[in-house]
Amino acid sequence: MKEYASFLGCIIPNRYPGIEASSTRILGHFDVELVQINGASCCPAPGVFSSFHLDSWLAIAARNIALGEMTGKDIITMCNGCYGSLTEASFLLKGNKELKEKINGILSKVGCEFKGTSKIKHVIEVFSEDIGVKKIQEAMNTSLEGVRACTHYGCHFLKPAEMKKHGSSERPRLLDEIVEASGARSVDYKDKTMCCGFGGGVRARNLDVTLDFTREKLNNIISARGDCIVDQCASCHLEFDRGQVEIKKIFGQEFRVPVLYFTQLIGLGLGMGQHELGLDFHSIPAKPLLDKLNGGRR
Amino acid sequence: MPANITRINELNSSFFKDFIEIGKKIFSEDMLHSVESCVQCGCCTGSCPSSRRTAFRTRKLFREMLLGFRDSVLEGDDLWLCTTCYTCYERCPRGVKTTDIIRVLRNMAVSQGHMAEAHRMTASYVLRTGHGVPVSEEVQKLREELGLSSLPPTTHSYPEALRAVQEILKLTGFDRIVGFDWKTMELRGRK
Repeated sequence: MKEYASFLGCIIPNRYPGIEASSTRILGHFDVELVQINGASCCPAPGVFSSFHLDSWLAIAARNIALGEMTGKDIITMCNGCYGSLTEASFLLKGNKELKEKINGILSKVGCEFKGTSKIKHVIEVFSEDIGVKKIQEAMNTSLEGVRACTHYGCHFLKPAEMKKHGSSERPRLLDEIVEASGARSVDYKDKTMCCGFGGGVRARNLDVTLDFTREKLNNIISARGDCIVDQCASCHLEFDRGQVEIKKIFGQEFRVPVLYFTQLIGLGLGMGQHELGLDFHSIPAKPLLDKLNGGRR
Repeated sequence: MPANITRINELNSSFFKDFIEIGKKIFSEDMLHSVESCVQCGCCTGSCPSSRRTAFRTRKLFREMLLGFRDSVLEGDDLWLCTTCYTCYERCPRGVKTTDIIRVLRNMAVSQGHMAEAHRMTASYVLRTGHGVPVSEEVQKLREELGLSSLPPTTHSYPEALRAVQEILKLTGFDRIVGFDWKTMELRGRK
C-alpha cells in the first residue's frame, strides 16, 4: 500500500468534487491511499498570482508544501496549476539558499518551515509509475472500445520541460498511454498541445480571448471526430466544460463535447456509474459518450 | 512631431536596471539577462496561441523592453494577454526565459498600480477565503452527495489556517498591493 498526501487546491474541491471523489476511489482500487493535508489553501495559481506578486505567490506555495511535508509523505496534486506552482516553488527554494531563508523567515511567523523533504507529483505519475499501464489494462472490466478520445495535457504539467521532466513537451505520451490502457483510442488532432486559454489571468481579464482559444481547440477536436476530451488538469477541465456554455452565449457556436478527467475515463472502464464519477454534475452531459458505450460500436 | 518618431529622452534607461532589481529577488540574474540575447527572430510570436487572435506580440514586447519603453510595456493591455503556456519558452532558440520575464514585467506593472479590477477581485478571494475559487452552497451539496465532507479540509474548514494565510499575505504586503481593506474585508475604491 502506497500513501500520498493529497493537495486539493481550489477547482477540484470547490467546482469539480467528482474528480476528487472518483480519483480517491480509483486510487484505492489500485492500493494507493490518500492522506488529507489539513488547512491548505489556493496553490496559488501559477500564472495568475505570480504575475501579481512573485514573493506572495512563493510564500503561500511554500506554506502549502510545508503542510504536506508535515504528513511525512510525498505530495500529489490533481490539477496542473497546483502541480506547476508547488513544483516551481520547490525548485526555486531548493536552488537558492538566501531565498529559502527569507521565505522560511515569513513562514516561521505562522509555525511552518519549508524543508524540501517531500516530492511533488501529479496524480498521473502515480498511475503511470506506481500502478503502471499493464495493471490498469488488466483491471478494466467494461469495454471502452470504439471511444475516440482527444487528450489534452495542459501546459503547466509539461513546461518548463527542464523543470517538469516529462520528456518532450511537443509530443508527450503519458496521458495517451493511460487513455489507451483504458481501452479507448487516443485520436490525434490539430494543435493537440495548444493551451486551453485559461491561464495567466487571461480568463478573468479577457474572457473572450480565453474562450477563443477553447473554441479553436474544440473545432479541431470535432474535425478529428473526437467523442470526448480527456484531460488531467482541473483548470483545463473547467475551461472545456463550462467554457462550452460560455462559448454558446458569447459566440453563438454550440458544442456538445463531453469532458472527462482521466480518472473518470478509467472509472468508466472499471464499470463505475456516471453519478459516482461526478459526470452528471458537469455542464456538458456525458450522455452521447455513454450511449455510444452502451450501444456498442456505431 | 510625427507619431512614429520617438525622442531618445523618452526612453527610460533605468527600466532594465529596475527589471533586474525586482526579478533577482526570485530568479537568477542569468535567467533575467537572457532577454538580452533576443535577436528578434519571432519564434516566440510565431508559436504564441494568443498572438493568433490578439495584438499581443512577444517579440515586440521584448524589443520595447530592451529599448526602454517603460510606459508602453507596463501600461499596455498586451502584457496581460499571455496565458503563460510556456510554448515560446520551450522553443526560443536563444534560450530567453520568456514567460518568467513576462511575469516579472507584470509584477512591475502591478507595483505601479496597473492591476485590472478583475484581477483585484481574484486576489481578494484568496485574502478573504484562502481560495482563488471558493466553494459555493451548490457545490457543498454536491460534495455531500458524493460522500465527501461538505467543506473541503482546506482553509474552508480551518479558521486558524485561513488566519495563517492572511498573516503571510500581510507580511509580504499583498494586501496593500491589491488594496484590500481588512475592516470591511472588501477591496478599497471598487469602481
